Amino acid sequence: MTEEGLSKIVRTVALLLTAPITVLGLYIIAHGHLTPGGGFQGGTVIATAIALMLVAFGSKRVKKAVGKEVLSATESLGLIAFIAIAFLGMGSTFFSNFLANAGGLLGMSIPSGANPGTINSAGTIPLMNFAVGIEVASALSLVLLLIYFSGEKEGKKGGGKK
Amino acid sequence: MIELVQHFPALAIGVPLAFAFLLPLLKKWRNSAVIAALAALAVTEFLALFILQDVLQNGIRIYSMGAVVPGLATPEQMAVPVRILLSIDAFSAFMGAVAATIALLAGIYSIHFIRESHSKYFSLLLLMLAGALGLVFTGDMFNMFVFFEVLSISSIGLIAFWLHRAEPVEAGFKYLAISAVASIFVLFAVGLLYGQHGVLNIAGLSRSTLLYGFAFTDIIALALLVCAFSMKAGAAPMHYWVPDAYGEAPAAVTAMLAVASLASLYALFRIAFTVFGATPLIELVAFAVIIFGVLSLFLGATMSLVQKDLKRLIAYAGISQTGFILVALGVGLAAIHNTPLQPFGAMAMEGGVFHVINHAFYEALLFLCAGAVFLRTGTKDLNELGGLARRMPFTAFFFLIGGIAIAGLPPSSAFASKILIYESVYFFNPLIAVIALVSSVLVVVPMVKAFCAIFLGPEIGKFKKVREVPGAMLFTMLVLSALVIIFGLFPGAIVETIVSPAVNALLSQSAYVGGVL
Amino acid sequence: MIAVLSQNLPFVVSALLLLIGMYALLFKSNLIKMAIGLSVMGSAVNLFLIALGYRQDSIAPIFTNAPLVGAVNAAEMAMPVPQALTLTSIVISLAVTALMLSLAVLTFRHTGTLDAEKAGRLKG
Repeated sequence: MTEEGLSKIVRTVALLLTAPITVLGLYIIAHGHLTPGGGFQGGTVIATAIALMLVAFGSKRVKKAVGKEVLSATESLGLIAFIAIAFLGMGSTFFSNFLANAGGLLGMSIPSGANPGTINSAGTIPLMNFAVGIEVASALSLVLLLIYFSGEKEGKKGGGKK
Repeated sequence: MIELVQHFPALAIGVPLAFAFLLPLLKKWRNSAVIAALAALAVTEFLALFILQDVLQNGIRIYSMGAVVPGLATPEQMAVPVRILLSIDAFSAFMGAVAATIALLAGIYSIHFIRESHSKYFSLLLLMLAGALGLVFTGDMFNMFVFFEVLSISSIGLIAFWLHRAEPVEAGFKYLAISAVASIFVLFAVGLLYGQHGVLNIAGLSRSTLLYGFAFTDIIALALLVCAFSMKAGAAPMHYWVPDAYGEAPAAVTAMLAVASLASLYALFRIAFTVFGATPLIELVAFAVIIFGVLSLFLGATMSLVQKDLKRLIAYAGISQTGFILVALGVGLAAIHNTPLQPFGAMAMEGGVFHVINHAFYEALLFLCAGAVFLRTGTKDLNELGGLARRMPFTAFFFLIGGIAIAGLPPSSAFASKILIYESVYFFNPLIAVIALVSSVLVVVPMVKAFCAIFLGPEIGKFKKVREVPGAMLFTMLVLSALVIIFGLFPGAIVETIVSPAVNALLSQSAYVGGVL
Repeated sequence: MIAVLSQNLPFVVSALLLLIGMYALLFKSNLIKMAIGLSVMGSAVNLFLIALGYRQDSIAPIFTNAPLVGAVNAAEMAMPVPQALTLTSIVISLAVTALMLSLAVLTFRHTGTLDAEKAGRLKG
């Protein structure tokens, strides 16, 4: 694993695969209240797209494309969106689900029990899923980028140091 | 106003969390980050003190997250409480006030102590405060685990804050290993308790054990929980991380770490008294806790005699004081089912809970003084320091007060709590009281050694230009010393207003269950 | 004995995994092996929690497209609460693993070795 990444075949296939992986991650986030999945799970899937980029292209090019500042900012935005939605429910209590069963955005009432599943339900849960998903994807990508980057610096300096 | 007061428990956790998430955005503007962090700490302190006053007046306050009204513990169609509850009784509010006070003082101290990465530091400090407050305010076992983890992981980031040296990183790694093992044990125990009783709520578990008795899985869960929380509190056979972590962290972080250890002790006693108080096997747990306490007393006092590093010396002395708290509350635990010993058990618990607040204050004071010395001289080694009393008179005076407190001498508050512990533990078992007295005397020696080595003696050449520390840091040390002295001059009033309701809340299991459900 | 083992197999395996993880944490001196040991212990707890919530012949506790009551493949649902506990535990062990590996990289950068006994400087 050099700094320039792996061979051209691997780089091409990695680029081709990024879009399906990201779409799969967003699907898992968006349907978190209906099928297994949710914010954290979808966020890690999106982070694996960045991990694929890191392995295929090397950390220098990924750092130029998606900088540390951008990832840190999206992580903070995800966290702030989460806690803002929690505070918005303060009409009744902290973290209350004020959109569910209210008929507006994401507010369709669903009967309890087996149902085919409507995405327009469950109130603040999909919004919080998105916030957590963005945050987890950014945070994991940042962690991978930083460990990979410092590891490459070690490799260049140390060589075969035991 | 009554509307907003209901929401204070959730706000006390939500405000530090919100500001902790906001601060990384302010990385480039140092002053606004510091001001925002101090504002959040001050607001949380106000909320915690208000909650304490409210609970002392009105009894247990509960807050149901996500419900229609905050006070609704069990929803209409359910038989057991299903939402995450915050249930605050007198002991929880007491610990919350201690945590918020120490955090505010640590924040004020850190303005001048930390030279770079302010937004990261204050963000992690606010997360530690949110974790500690969540741990003591929650009424749900799994929520306790989650906040326990928030507290541990954010304190790792703060212990290893000075990344350019190798020792803090090693101390952080050791603390992380201990903390991860403790959290795995806690999760095992929570799973076992859920499988046995079907509820995760602490009051629900308490009611279920009162109604249906104990099984073998409950005993396993209790053993795992006692081990895990004693590991995190720095009790004796598991204390090896304490001098490393306390010694290598920045000084204000060490004060917060002491609060984190006290929060783990809170969790231990909440489980032992409220959930498992009714089983006759609690006497075995009480003996285990007392043995941990006696070992901590002795090991802490003797190991601190041979230390050359100032903060490790204070850390070992702190382990000895944790032993006091463990012995006192262990005696209280053993006396639950033993009727002739019950008044002595209650007196021991009063001494132990009073010692919790004293320990927080004088341990923080000593570490802040040590940090002041480190800031100005750049070294913590007792062999290199000397003669600083002329240059840093205020720091010397505050260190003297801290040393008097940790030795248990009269004008300080620790004297009152230690007298309570000695008197009551003597009736339980005289040998334990003798060991406690001997350790208390032994702890005086390293404190005298440290004071004389740092502050007395002739001036050393390279420290001739040392100035006193900035006013903000002196202000925090002054507040802590004043609290230690005031609590020592009026111990009766403090015990009556704050400590006795906490002890009564801890001892009576049915009051907790009745207040919450 | 074999009957007890076959009925409680997930719990026995979970206990074994916990012991293996603890062995790696206690007796190996390489920092990365300690991180692996902690990860194995985390997996043991997750297995225990999932096995706790299983009911005999149950299906996943999801209402979407679940078989209706009275249909031919109707069954009761497994308990959902331990699955929520497991998800939280997975998130937390991810954070712990990331922190341990970062601290191991930093230790290597400072001391040039990943051996805990050689890299340790805090004694007494």
